[in-house]
Amino acid sequence: MSRILDIVDLKLGFKGYAGLTEVLHGMSLHINAGERVALVGESGSGKSVTARIILGLLQETRTARIAGKVSFDGHDISTMSGSQRAALRGTEMSMIFQDPTSALNPVFTIGRQFTEVLRRRVPGMSNETATAKAAQLLADVSIPDPSRVLQSYAFQLSGGMNQRVMIAMALSNRPKLLLADEPGTALDVTVQAQTLTLMRDLVTDHGTSVLLISHNLGVVREFADRIYVVYRGRIVESGPTKSIFGKPGHAYTRALLSAVPRITGAGLPEVPEISDDFLAPMVTHEAVS
Amino acid sequence: MIRSLRILAANPMSLFGLILVVIIVLAAVLAPWITPYPTHNGAVVDFAFANDAPSARNWMGTDLVGRDILSRIIYAYQISLVLGIVVLSISVPLGAVVGLFAGYAGGWVESVLMRLTDVFLSVPPLVLAIAMMGVLEPTLINAMLAVTVMWWPWYARLVYNIARSEREEGYVLAAEVIGASTTHIAFREILPNCLPAIITKMTLDMGFVIIIASSLSFLGLGVQPPTPDLGSMVAEGARYLPDSWWLSVFPGLAILLAVFGFNLLGDGLREILGVDE
Amino acid sequence: MSLLEINTLSKTFAAPGGPVHALSNVSLDVQTGECLAVVGESGSGKTTLANMLLGILAPSSGSILFEGAQLPVKRTATHRRAIQLVQQNPLSSLNPKRSVGASIRLGLDTYGIGDKAARWSAVEAALEEVGLPSDMRKRAPGGLSGGQRQRVGIARALVCDPRLIVLDEPTSALDVLVQARVLRLLNDLRQSKGLTYIFITHDLAVVRNVADRVAVFKSGKLIELGPTQAIFDSPKDPYTRALIGAVPVVDGSELKLRDTLAQGAGGA
Repeated sequence: MSRILDIVDLKLGFKGYAGLTEVLHGMSLHINAGERVALVGESGSGKSVTARIILGLLQETRTARIAGKVSFDGHDISTMSGSQRAALRGTEMSMIFQDPTSALNPVFTIGRQFTEVLRRRVPGMSNETATAKAAQLLADVSIPDPSRVLQSYAFQLSGGMNQRVMIAMALSNRPKLLLADEPGTALDVTVQAQTLTLMRDLVTDHGTSVLLISHNLGVVREFADRIYVVYRGRIVESGPTKSIFGKPGHAYTRALLSAVPRITGAGLPEVPEISDDFLAPMVTHEAVS
Repeated sequence: MIRSLRILAANPMSLFGLILVVIIVLAAVLAPWITPYPTHNGAVVDFAFANDAPSARNWMGTDLVGRDILSRIIYAYQISLVLGIVVLSISVPLGAVVGLFAGYAGGWVESVLMRLTDVFLSVPPLVLAIAMMGVLEPTLINAMLAVTVMWWPWYARLVYNIARSEREEGYVLAAEVIGASTTHIAFREILPNCLPAIITKMTLDMGFVIIIASSLSFLGLGVQPPTPDLGSMVAEGARYLPDSWWLSVFPGLAILLAVFGFNLLGDGLREILGVDE
Repeated sequence: MSLLEINTLSKTFAAPGGPVHALSNVSLDVQTGECLAVVGESGSGKTTLANMLLGILAPSSGSILFEGAQLPVKRTATHRRAIQLVQQNPLSSLNPKRSVGASIRLGLDTYGIGDKAARWSAVEAALEEVGLPSDMRKRAPGGLSGGQRQRVGIARALVCDPRLIVLDEPTSALDVLVQARVLRLLNDLRQSKGLTYIFITHDLAVVRNVADRVAVFKSGKLIELGPTQAIFDSPKDPYTRALIGAVPVVDGSELKLRDTLAQGAGGA
């Protein structure tokens, strides 16, 4: 199985007035073609900066010190130039964000933004072709009346609608890898459920690999094939979803799982304070396939 | 405090600004003790040394009646800084209060106050000052009055924008739920969040006030002789360019340095205080 | 006597596209000492209801009775003391330019309770009750984590000895572990102080474990009200069923519950 993404021993620090602040301490993870992998952790764990490094965005920051190897589709991103990395964004890899309405540009119509995205893959695509293609893509995400949506602005549409638009845009150029940062968090729970189902179906159809970043264990469980649990810049547990939820090995994973309220009404759990157990070495589950 | 100074020091431009400002302020404060010719800020003449080029005796030369230009520049700094401080001490609180109530209270208060502000803002500032000075006697006090009148609306607008956005914040809601008075919310909750922007703007404004005052004097509408003023000095010496260049060039450079220094310092403060553009 | 009696409360806003009925004819009671969950998605009216309870929004029609007496639109200090708020967004709920202690003390200052020394003691006591060190009162909110800020917000709500606290998504912005700790804190405080909570949230899993009764809102209307167990075991309204079914779940027994509910709706 080929690896779409291969990260080996990724380290990240930020240089500030007081010295170097280390954020990632040697993370290694990989995503195979067609796989849905989740990076689970709380805020400050380093999951979001990892996504930004994959996209090649953090490398532009002057204060960032990055070490380690990041390979995308067999090519080493770390040695690429800024413009080479930029060329991958929107075409080979794309991202969807937490709040769909604010992630879309408020001053351009949806159609205009779609055209811009499509032209990244086919520069000079005509307006007619782009509009037709965009309408088709919107229909694929079950948006009724695509032509009306294309003429609208983001603030005129609901959160759920914007989320679908964003998914359609992100997948429009058939990227090999989709990064999803807390998708649906800003949405109502029924809309979030629909959106996740839609996303799962689409990526399965297109064969797109997904890196899902989330702190919501329920979402991760329903969406991901494999999970990496991140704590303070380190991966503390990894393995297939079923295996991790069934038999969590690491103290931090167990704490996370016990802390989630259950709709069956098991009561409020006793959550351990941050303990040194959370820094125990990584637990790896064997792959099931 | 230490951290702020370190950030300021890390940026060479702001550090330079700070040094310039400190030098100017110290010069103005210590004027009577450090000027080579302390009496030359008044009605003194010394025709033996009139219109001399810069020399060991007079580092920046002398003016048409023999007064030392360096000394006059230092005294002029004193006047400029005093003018700046007086203008800002009146216009800033006035403008800030108007903007604060307009931004927080909303409704008709907002409309009335901001339309009033807009009226003042719609007149080009220098034109307004010139118009006022045309009517009033040209004295330092009246110059201060004219500049104050044109200055307060800028602060009203600045504070209005911040207050309007802060009013949506959770801590304002919390204060409203608790039942705190409008005065408390405006002055003790919202105003402190406006202070960084106000302070930064005040620093930048010192430079602008100096320019406006110099412009008025250049046109003969500001302070009158024999009081030294940078703008008047430039005006007087203008017709003797390029021969007696020192008459205009040094006062001009003095204006430049003051404005430059305050601007750089203001930019540095903006960074420290974390003010958004 | 109920602590709170809400009678045919309605709120209509004028809008360019026509009047918006944010809340329509809502009636419900809240008993002393209970935790009533108010559940709904955007547009359900739960925020409008909260704002009217807190006295920052006037109803269009209907009334609210607190301890048997009508709550006027213009609240007195006694009323304001009695009904407090814990907000959702920890980053915005504290004034960045005032110390933690000053923010907590605001109610005491506004109602003129005690002298300066007494107020500081009350602030320190409140901080300790929420599990924070008492010297935190001197700190600026800037360096505090989300969980710490929420605890400060809770301390602020507690310090004036309220009867009723409206909690508007108090843990939705918090990480999993922090949420669990704060929920436990809220529960402990309610029981030890005999407080009454109106707990607004969209997270049904939280509701299941903290609420005594649940009120489900949709488009400004109260569509279902009942004890928590009953609502989850056999929800009557299809919307309630849909809400429960949409919660992303974490273990097997939860999946079974969801499947049972789905079958109960005829496989909907």
